[in-house]
Amino acid sequence: MKRLLLFLPLVIAVGVGIFLAAGIGKDPTKLESARIGKPVPAFSLENLNDPTQLLDESVLKGEVALLNVWAEWCPSCWDEHEYLMWLSKEKGVRIVGLNYKDQRETAFSFLGRLGNPYDEIIFDPKGSLGFDLGVYGAPETFVIDANGIVQYRHVGVVNKQVWEEVLQPVIQKAKGNS
Amino acid sequence: MRNIHGALLLLILCAFGAQAEVSEVYDFDTRAEEQRYQNLIAELRCPKCQNQNIADSNAPISKDMRDQVYRLMKNGATNDEIVGDLVGRFGEFVQYKPPVDKRTILLWAFPAIAVVVGVAIVAGVAIRSRKREKEESALSPEELARVKKMLADKDQQA
Repeated sequence: MKRLLLFLPLVIAVGVGIFLAAGIGKDPTKLESARIGKPVPAFSLENLNDPTQLLDESVLKGEVALLNVWAEWCPSCWDEHEYLMWLSKEKGVRIVGLNYKDQRETAFSFLGRLGNPYDEIIFDPKGSLGFDLGVYGAPETFVIDANGIVQYRHVGVVNKQVWEEVLQPVIQKAKGNS
Repeated sequence: MRNIHGALLLLILCAFGAQAEVSEVYDFDTRAEEQRYQNLIAELRCPKCQNQNIADSNAPISKDMRDQVYRLMKNGATNDEIVGDLVGRFGEFVQYKPPVDKRTILLWAFPAIAVVVGVAIVAGVAIRSRKREKEESALSPEELARVKKMLADKDQQA
């Protein structure tokens, strides 16, 4: 019994080591969204392509969709755009854009150069919908199910790996549920 | 010399510039209201620049959050309602002080647990060593006699 007690510090050290090692490699800047499992907040904002048309939360209902928060001023948005093009063209994913704290002219020049993967684009120059969604840094990509419920939020660039390992499984699940 | 003056002037100007960037103008009816606002923004955490509160942070998101705090205050919301509103948007992360609930109870209770366990260990060690002292230090009568004899011998020799 006494002998065994001598091993206690070793056991504690190994336990703490395992606990701490589990945290290595996790990105502390990626926060879980507080909106998961809740509906997309109500909004009424202009369509980027048509200032006279107001879009509301119903554009995110009826079909599982990605809601991609982007802006011309955001460098990572330039990086991920080709993957969004690929997702929309090759994979047939419905992508709704949320143009966040941007201007119409710069947004159009961005889309003119890189192409438009979005089915609809919500124009949010003041970032009000972004604020309600808890957006803290573009790009962010939300998975919204057919009932307009937020299922997942990805912070950062979407690329092939993120699609295959993270977004696709979530979308499959969302499609299965509805 | 002139260069030093120029550098100093530049430094002072820079300092003013940095200050002008953070100060927004909010109107408060009373000093107490303003103090309440300052306390609130000091205890809310910026989700973008994670080790700053929204009072210190220059990130656009922090400005949005300060605006929201001000707006809710003007609408007569309580502190709990204001913090709850921001937690509802950005998650528990924005609170420096997490609420006590099932998930965080270990976090809150850990200092107390550590103290209790520590006191128990120290008390255990002390009691045990005292017991041992009593058992082992007592010399048998023969041993006592031997000790006395040895000491007496020493005295004679000296």
